[in-house]
Amino acid sequence: MPSAREINRRIKSVTNTQQITKAMKMVSSVRLRRAQERALATAPYTEKIEGMLQRLSAAAPEDGNALFTAREVKRTCYIIIGSDKGLAGAFNSNINKAMVAVLKDKPRNVSYLMATGRKPSEYLKHLHIVPEEKWSGFSDKPQFTQAQNISQEATKKFLSGEFDEVYVIYTKFRSALSQEVRTVKMLPISQPDDDGAKGPKEEYLFAPDAQHVLETLLPQYLDMFIYNSLLQSAASELGARMTAMTSATDNAGELIDRLTVHYNKVRQAGITNELTEIVSGANALQ
Amino acid sequence: MAETEKTIRLEVITPDASVLHKDVDFILVRALDGDLGIMPNHAPLIASLDIWPLFYDEQGQRSCITVTSGFLEVSNNTVTIITPAAETPENIDVERAEAAKERAEKRLHVKSQDIDVHRAELALQRALRRIETVEKYGR
Repeated sequence: MPSAREINRRIKSVTNTQQITKAMKMVSSVRLRRAQERALATAPYTEKIEGMLQRLSAAAPEDGNALFTAREVKRTCYIIIGSDKGLAGAFNSNINKAMVAVLKDKPRNVSYLMATGRKPSEYLKHLHIVPEEKWSGFSDKPQFTQAQNISQEATKKFLSGEFDEVYVIYTKFRSALSQEVRTVKMLPISQPDDDGAKGPKEEYLFAPDAQHVLETLLPQYLDMFIYNSLLQSAASELGARMTAMTSATDNAGELIDRLTVHYNKVRQAGITNELTEIVSGANALQ
Repeated sequence: MAETEKTIRLEVITPDASVLHKDVDFILVRALDGDLGIMPNHAPLIASLDIWPLFYDEQGQRSCITVTSGFLEVSNNTVTIITPAAETPENIDVERAEAAKERAEKRLHVKSQDIDVHRAELALQRALRRIETVEKYGR
């Protein structure tokens, strides 16, 4: 049975921990709100660029562009979007699980890994795998230029034939409580499906011409694709951290309550014990 | 067909925000193959833009916003510009643009193998256009 002093020390240490988790919870909930706003702010841009892509690919000749052409797959590139910091509940382990799922049962040389965030790289190191490329330092506040770097790198290597497919593994943000890991194909770009149900289309003019515009639009579309995944993952990371820290704070509170009850019991037992001793000592003197 | 409007709606959208949202009389942009003037009720059009300031007239007043490449779509009397970055003259950070210009020039002067000449040229373009915009239309 631990002494009252030991329990008291324990209570103090749990209280300290609780203060830290509470602060982290507050910080991540504020930043989550901002990240959510940013993720929402990109929606019009994405919508427009997708709309244009659809109208353009309807006008431009089907073949021709290498970014649309599916090749025989010899090597696949995975862009893994994780976080830099831990303490975000299952966020990183879910990403790691998805990563392992695509990597296992395959020889190492058929996949090409691009990892963003420190945590996925650390996990890969643990598996004795060295990712071909890695970035870190921006997982919870991605900028458009970082997305551009990643997508340009991937596009360049895709076009030079280094790999024949590109997938992005990221976490889609649904709410602070629920996030979903997704593996989506980025390259070759799948033709936006044209169901033709939208009635007669407007005839567009193009300047300089459809082919040319398409060529300049595609890189931007890909930049946006990555930027979106980065923003979604950032919001998910903060959401997961907020949830994890909320439950850590709650758990610490429960633990403190239990320990306080325990402490009181032990203290009371000590007092009772002392009283019994005094009373029996006094009785013995009579 | 919608009735003939006197103005055309101009929207400038970047990945992070909607920068501009106005009804204007006239828009002048530079597409990859030359200048393009857009009046109200223009036919549907999609164009790739150059790194060049965009001008628009609003009640006889000419204003300007820099657009660093991107695209323009005209449909239903609305001009939508999507671009990685757009700034009104007041929002341009001149010092940053100057620094970027110097950096790009230096990079272009050192003719080494491992630099991306195309990228440096684009950076230089962006910086020059920003500085020009501020000098001509700023303040």
